[in-house]
Formats: sequence, C-alpha cells, structure tokens
Amino acid sequence: MNKYVERIYNGIVKENPCIILMLGMCPTLAVTTSAINGVGMGLSTLAVLIFSNLIISMMRNIIPDQVRLPAYIVIVASLVTIVDLIMQAYTPGLYSALGIYIPLIVVNCIILGRAEAYANKVTPDLAFFDGVGMGLGFTIALTVIGLAREFLGSGCAFGVQILSEEIFHPIAIFGQAPGAFLIMAILIAILNGASISTRANDKVEGCDGCCATCAKSCDSKEKEEAKA
Amino acid sequence: MNNSLILIIVTTALVNNVVLSQFLGICSFLGVSKQIKPSLSLGGAVIFVMTISSAVANLLYTFLLAPLHLEYLNTIVFILVIATLVQMVEMFLKKMSPGIYKALGIYLPLITTNCAVLGVALTNVQDGYGFVESVVAGFGTAVGYTIAIVLLAGIRERIDESSVPKPFRGAPVVLLSAALMAIAFMGFGSLAL
Repeated sequence: MNKYVERIYNGIVKENPCIILMLGMCPTLAVTTSAINGVGMGLSTLAVLIFSNLIISMMRNIIPDQVRLPAYIVIVASLVTIVDLIMQAYTPGLYSALGIYIPLIVVNCIILGRAEAYANKVTPDLAFFDGVGMGLGFTIALTVIGLAREFLGSGCAFGVQILSEEIFHPIAIFGQAPGAFLIMAILIAILNGASISTRANDKVEGCDGCCATCAKSCDSKEKEEAKA
Repeated sequence: MNNSLILIIVTTALVNNVVLSQFLGICSFLGVSKQIKPSLSLGGAVIFVMTISSAVANLLYTFLLAPLHLEYLNTIVFILVIATLVQMVEMFLKKMSPGIYKALGIYLPLITTNCAVLGVALTNVQDGYGFVESVVAGFGTAVGYTIAIVLLAGIRERIDESSVPKPFRGAPVVLLSAALMAIAFMGFGSLAL
C-alpha cells in the first residue's frame, strides 16, 4: 500500500483516535448532541491537526528539545485562534452551537499527542497525511456518535425528521448529558464484545494517556517520588 | 452581593457540574478515579490551581488584553499562563510546603492539560465575570469536579468487587456509572434558584 494511503487508513481504521485510542474524550462527549455538530467539531479539529502536524514537522529540527511542548502549544493555540475567528465569521450558527469547545481544541489530546508521537519525527508530507487520516477518523467517529444520539434522542438525522413521533418514541436522555456517557459505554462494550482491543482497557495510571506526552513524565515523576 | 456569590458556587458546583454536564476534564475523571484517596488529592490540586488560575486569568484579561484590544488572543495567553502557573505552583510548593507537595505533587502536571482549567478561564470571560466572581466561579467549578471524581471513585471501589458482564468490564461500566451520576445531577437543574 502507498505510504500516504496507509497513514489515512491508519487514522480512520487501525488507530482511530476517538474509538481505538480514546483520545479527545471531552469534545467527543460534549458536542455530539447532533450529527451536524459532530461534523463541525470534527472538521475544525481536522483543520487544526493538519496544519499543526505540518508546521511542527517542518520545524522539528529548529525547536530545541527542552522547550518543545510550550512551542507546540503556541503553534496549536495560534491555529485554533485562526479557526475560531474564521468560524465566527462564516458559520455563526455552528460557532454558537459548539461554543467554548472551539477554543478548547487547544487542549485536545489528539493534537499534542500526534505532534509528540509522530509529527516531530517524520517528514512534513507524512505528517500531513497523518493529520488528514487522524482528523478524518475523528470526524467520522464524531459524526456517527452524533447521528446515533440525534436519532435516538429525537428521531432526526442531520436535522431531518426520519421517524415521526407516533412510530418512534424519542428517548430524550440521549440528547442530553447522560446520553453521551451512555452511548460511549455501549460503543466500547460492543467493541469489547467483538474483541477489538482499544486503549480503554489498557492499564493506565496517572494521566490516563490523556496526552501521549505527559504520560511519560508522570511515570518518571512517580518513580522519583517513590525513591525520595 | 453575597447571595449572588453563593448562587455562583451552587450553579458551578452542582447545576452545571463541570464533568457531568460540561464534559470538561473527562480524561482525569475517568483515569484517576480508581480509588477515593488519590481522587481526593487530585481534587485538592484542581481546587488549588483552578482558583489561582481564574484569578490570574481575570487580572490578565482586565488589565492587559482588554485595554490593548487583544481579546482574540485570550486562548493563547490563557493556556501559556496556566502552564507556567502550574509549574510555578509546583516549584513553590516543593520549596515552601513539602507536605502539601507530597500530597498533590504528581497530580499538578496533569492539570496543565486538564481542559477544565482553561475552560473555566474562558467561560468566566464569556460570562463577563468580575474578579471576585471569577475566583468564586473557579473555586465552585473545582469543588464540583472534586465531588464528581470522589463519588465516582467510591462507586468504582464497589464495582471492583462485583462481577460485571465481560464486555462491560473496564471502561464501559465506568462510563455507565458516570451516565447514572449525570442523570442524578440533572436533578439539580430543577433547583429553584
């Protein structure tokens, strides 16, 4: 397989950031009240991820190792601000629906995680396609979860009424906060039942792998503590 | 005045619980909630950092960003300030009070990437809170986080001793518990405030 196609396949299927790696849980749970919101969040993350991967990969030989995390954070935060302003101008409806979760893309573990785990080690072209793959994987997962919640919660799909209320009684709770936890629980249980291994069941401590980056520093820190 | 501050605490801690209705800080909520004691320590560290960072973020916004019309830079400024602040708090505690450092130490770096801290700073600006209100909101949110994570840890200690159907072992049963907690917390929404 072509190495670029391989990166995209890897992001969407093999290492889907949302479903297999369990990264970026906050936006996954928060904005998936409808399919449209899922698509919007997924695409804005995709945009940030592609450019952050690209820029970080191009600058991988310039940024000194000791200050790489603050440098990455500045790059990502600038990109997020750009996306935030663009969305505010061109898609005001979506912008107000996603609200605080747009600026919070900065602390989405997928972005720093990919920067640290992949983009700072490879050439820009590979990093770019990794960003595309991971971003698409995230978008698809959010859309599917959003679609499921929207359908169960109101009988709609992408805002269009599919089943009228006489045939199908909507389960309103799926559109509200608890539904997010519920649908994720069911999804992971199905994956477990089908014995598809996910990060959810790896033994994780401390940072819970929230950031691929910080897990390591916590480990060494815990060891230091234990010694002292 | 006092009434409105109490209102902010109740709203941020219970009605709009940061984890169970805002979905911020999910990573650590699911990750560090295996036992009650560590979750209490993490909760303590979050209360500490969130209260200070809300104060600092508010001062920065009022006296630096707003006068210079740089409001659009708030995401960049806040995340950098929070990251630095956590480092400084860590160094300060290590030097000044080793006791607290020992209890909270390993959880402090976790909090840098905890989206709840940045989330509160940004929400405070959006809601147009003043200095005192921001600090109170930060404190209330962190208390809400602590309540949620300690409750979940208590539930998980029990789950460990019961037999869970195989596909639901691990993450799914934790998420299900969180879902039931979220339903319970929705009850606070009907508080007549």
